[in-house]
Amino acid sequence: MVVRVQEADFDIGAEIAALTDANKRIGGLAVFVGLVREMHVREGLHRDRIDALTLEHYPGMTEQALEAIEAEAKARWPLEATLIVHRVGRLEAGARIVLVAVGSPHREAAFEACEFLVDWLKTKAPFWKLEETPAGEKWVGAHHADDAAAARWEKKER
Amino acid sequence: MKVRYFAWMKRTVGVPDEEVALPAEVKTVGDLVAWLRDRSAGHAEALAEGSAFGAAIDRRTVPFDTPLAGATEVAFFPPFTGG
Repeated sequence: MVVRVQEADFDIGAEIAALTDANKRIGGLAVFVGLVREMHVREGLHRDRIDALTLEHYPGMTEQALEAIEAEAKARWPLEATLIVHRVGRLEAGARIVLVAVGSPHREAAFEACEFLVDWLKTKAPFWKLEETPAGEKWVGAHHADDAAAARWEKKER
Repeated sequence: MKVRYFAWMKRTVGVPDEEVALPAEVKTVGDLVAWLRDRSAGHAEALAEGSAFGAAIDRRTVPFDTPLAGATEVAFFPPFTGG
């Protein structure tokens, strides 16, 4: 169960190997990689291209929040290993932002827990995105779709 | 007590953090928000009623009716947009 917040890029292959080499009870590993996508946003008559974004976070609280989310996943599914690596700082289009990997004896738990971790970290961990466009900087607003995705897992608790 | 601001709120307030000495009548996070609004136009704008922001006491998210007693750091921030 590992949580890391860092400026440096990560090596997906090396991260996965380290996770699975250390635990032979893993039968399935689900992996999610989030990337900065090249985007065009429309504002009135203007179309802006997003060249890069800067991720700000709340050091100390971020790690605590990610660990709490990870503990919640572990309480809900039979997991052998989890890994969350989230980058901060300035990231250009195409760059990796986040890696979430979940190992379980069986694939169903791995898939579900991986999706859960991504949904919850988007809405419950203190990260903020500042987009760079040719017209200037713009803070990203919260997405209702993300809130809805996170909320589905709340219903399952009952 | 230290008050911290993040993302656009930090820019609107004009400082990332500040030390404040609270009067006795400021008892909850909500009281603190109302009290901070009077410090500057930037504070008033960032912490305006109807503006969507959250709060944390000592790095844990809390509702606005939470008492401040014992708090060393209170943070205000817009909705999270990570991942």
